[in-house]
Amino acid sequence: MKVSLFITCLGDVFYPYVGKDTVEILERLNCEVVFPKNQTCCGQPAYNSGYHKETKDVAKHMIKTFEQSDYIVSPSGSCVTMFHEYVHLFDHDKEWQEKAQSLANRTFEFTQFIVDVLKVENVGASFSKRATYHTSCHMSRLLGVKDAPMKLLENVKGLELSNLPNKEICCGFGGTFSVKMVPISEQMVNEKIEHIEETDAEVLIGADCGCLMNIGGRIERQGKPIKVMHIAQVLNSRG
Amino acid sequence: MPMKIGDVEFFGRVDKGLRNSFMRNAVVSAQERLKGAKLNAAEELGDWEEWRNLSEEIRQHTLENLDYYLEELTENVCKQGGHVFFAQTAEEANEYITRVSKEKKAKKIIKSKSMVTEEISMNDALEALGCEVIESDLGEYILQLDDHDPPSHIVAPALHKNKEQIRETFSEKKGYKKTSKPEELALFAREQLRADFLSADIGITGCNFAVAESGAISLVTNEGNARLSTSLPKTQITVMGMERIVPTWEELDILVSMLCRSAVGQKLTSYITGLIGPKDKGDVDGPEEFHLVILDNGRSNILGTEFQSALHCIRCAACINVCPIYRHIGGHSYGSIYPGPIGAVLSPLLGGYEDYKELPYASSLCAACTEACPVKIPLHDLLVKHRRNIVEEHGKGTFGEKLAMRGFSLAASSPKIFSMGSKSAPTVMSPFIKDGKVKKGPGPIKPWTDIRDFPEPSKQSFREWFKKRDKGGDQ
Ligand code: SF4
Repeated sequence: MKVSLFITCLGDVFYPYVGKDTVEILERLNCEVVFPKNQTCCGQPAYNSGYHKETKDVAKHMIKTFEQSDYIVSPSGSCVTMFHEYVHLFDHDKEWQEKAQSLANRTFEFTQFIVDVLKVENVGASFSKRATYHTSCHMSRLLGVKDAPMKLLENVKGLELSNLPNKEICCGFGGTFSVKMVPISEQMVNEKIEHIEETDAEVLIGADCGCLMNIGGRIERQGKPIKVMHIAQVLNSRG
Repeated sequence: MPMKIGDVEFFGRVDKGLRNSFMRNAVVSAQERLKGAKLNAAEELGDWEEWRNLSEEIRQHTLENLDYYLEELTENVCKQGGHVFFAQTAEEANEYITRVSKEKKAKKIIKSKSMVTEEISMNDALEALGCEVIESDLGEYILQLDDHDPPSHIVAPALHKNKEQIRETFSEKKGYKKTSKPEELALFAREQLRADFLSADIGITGCNFAVAESGAISLVTNEGNARLSTSLPKTQITVMGMERIVPTWEELDILVSMLCRSAVGQKLTSYITGLIGPKDKGDVDGPEEFHLVILDNGRSNILGTEFQSALHCIRCAACINVCPIYRHIGGHSYGSIYPGPIGAVLSPLLGGYEDYKELPYASSLCAACTEACPVKIPLHDLLVKHRRNIVEEHGKGTFGEKLAMRGFSLAASSPKIFSMGSKSAPTVMSPFIKDGKVKKGPGPIKPWTDIRDFPEPSKQSFREWFKKRDKGGDQ
């Protein structure tokens, strides 16, 4: 099966190791991974700030970039959600709307792809740590991917996974919200970290680099000993 | 704008909210309590999603045929001997209500809870006339005693207060001597209000839904105060937003059930009242005169726009009860009597962007509100639409932001420029990096690093790694 990887801008620049783990896991599951090199960003920063004309240009570029791909897989729930959002962006443009719909039909979040398309729930990982999982809002509410990451994590050998209290509450990232509304975002991420601490986890696992950058950045500023990891890193662990 | 509360600017209000630990504790515990109750109430009903779909359909249908149903309602109210007045603006509504009060030589007016009368500042208009206006909903009563503190929640207006603060208000203003036990506080308010119910000249209520087919208005409460406000005084005035209408009793049944479950996690509240016109000959109680004021106040401008679904709102506050922003900043920070997600959508529509331009941005777009809404209003989407309106229609984006977004779209549509940008990231960021972290970032990263560390751009980007690897290089 041929899979086109959409790495996302954060993944490309800040978290290339998440991309490497994603590639290795997919290859182990017999996928041929290709990287359409014209890819850029999904356009979320512009879209969520209300710059929709600008977003349309980006969306068209991404639609063209992935036009030939059978499957597009990305290790970031909110960027995949944004691909799905393109359909509404072209509400008044039938031609591009159809193309956007086709892109959405072929695009999957990384864990969703493994569980729902490849029908695999155990990727043979082992990771002996106490951890908890952060459900990202866009991935769980808008994309509707809730169970896939849990199924995969449950099958990780040695992983002690505890439930995160108030897991449905946003971590305070929200893209530009995190820099436009700093005092509010700060309280939200503080509360999230308090809940993580309640679980006594050594590692916080997530599936969206945006949330992880927010929670991780705050944890580091507070000097707390909690490690933040993308789910691909955990699923590619052998020890 | 009467809807507006206070003159402090947005971040000033937020700062005050964030420092108010009493309020924050009260809000968090209310959210926690209501969350569980609502989940149970929704589960009990069976297929909640189906009920939401049905409710959305009912609201859609009603709003699409609003003219028809308003006419039917008016006809039926008049047939039963009631009076109907359409008010285009808050001023027109207040003029009508004060005129009726003057005619009745009213001295004392008892009110049951109504957000729409808050929206038009009706109490001020009546007080200017010399009437004594008494709020009979416990929450509103507390706020009124506490020097007219504005409501912070659309279902529980005094949600920001804890019982100790309520006890203090009662003892300071009314000489209350007992404890802060909720039952004792409620009993005290009840005793105080009983005499007012008996001596009031006019009863004024809001309206949860009017039923077009019968000309009835329905009121949903847990305290029974709406019943007393509508059965004891000789004159009753009901004020409703023009969208608060259902075609028949059948739809009322469904929406009231959704309202109660979503608002307080109850199957039904203690009192659900349906009232038709003034009392008939033979009736033991009820008003001799009934006036229905139907308020537009900006609503018809929303009809037919991409924001029409905001008018589907049944004011259950479920969106507010799950909102993580409201959780921390509380209701007053919104600067409007309509707080939370629905407030952030509605306040700019009714009051304009000038006063409420920050509200659409006071959301992380987490969509908890959209998920909670019993009539499926896509609240987070509407907030994005507001943002688009603000920058595209009203040209209100800052120059720097516009430039940045244009640059962004140019780069993100051009792979060459984009990869140049990501390639240069490590070099651009290198002066700011200390121990592998950015602690004090430049430009747009500055507010980020005010409270968090920013990661160091990787020396080798993913795409570089992949390219090399493709060529059989670095593994
Ligand atoms: S927007 Fe929806 S959830 Fe919020 S108050 Fe209105 S009906 Fe309730």
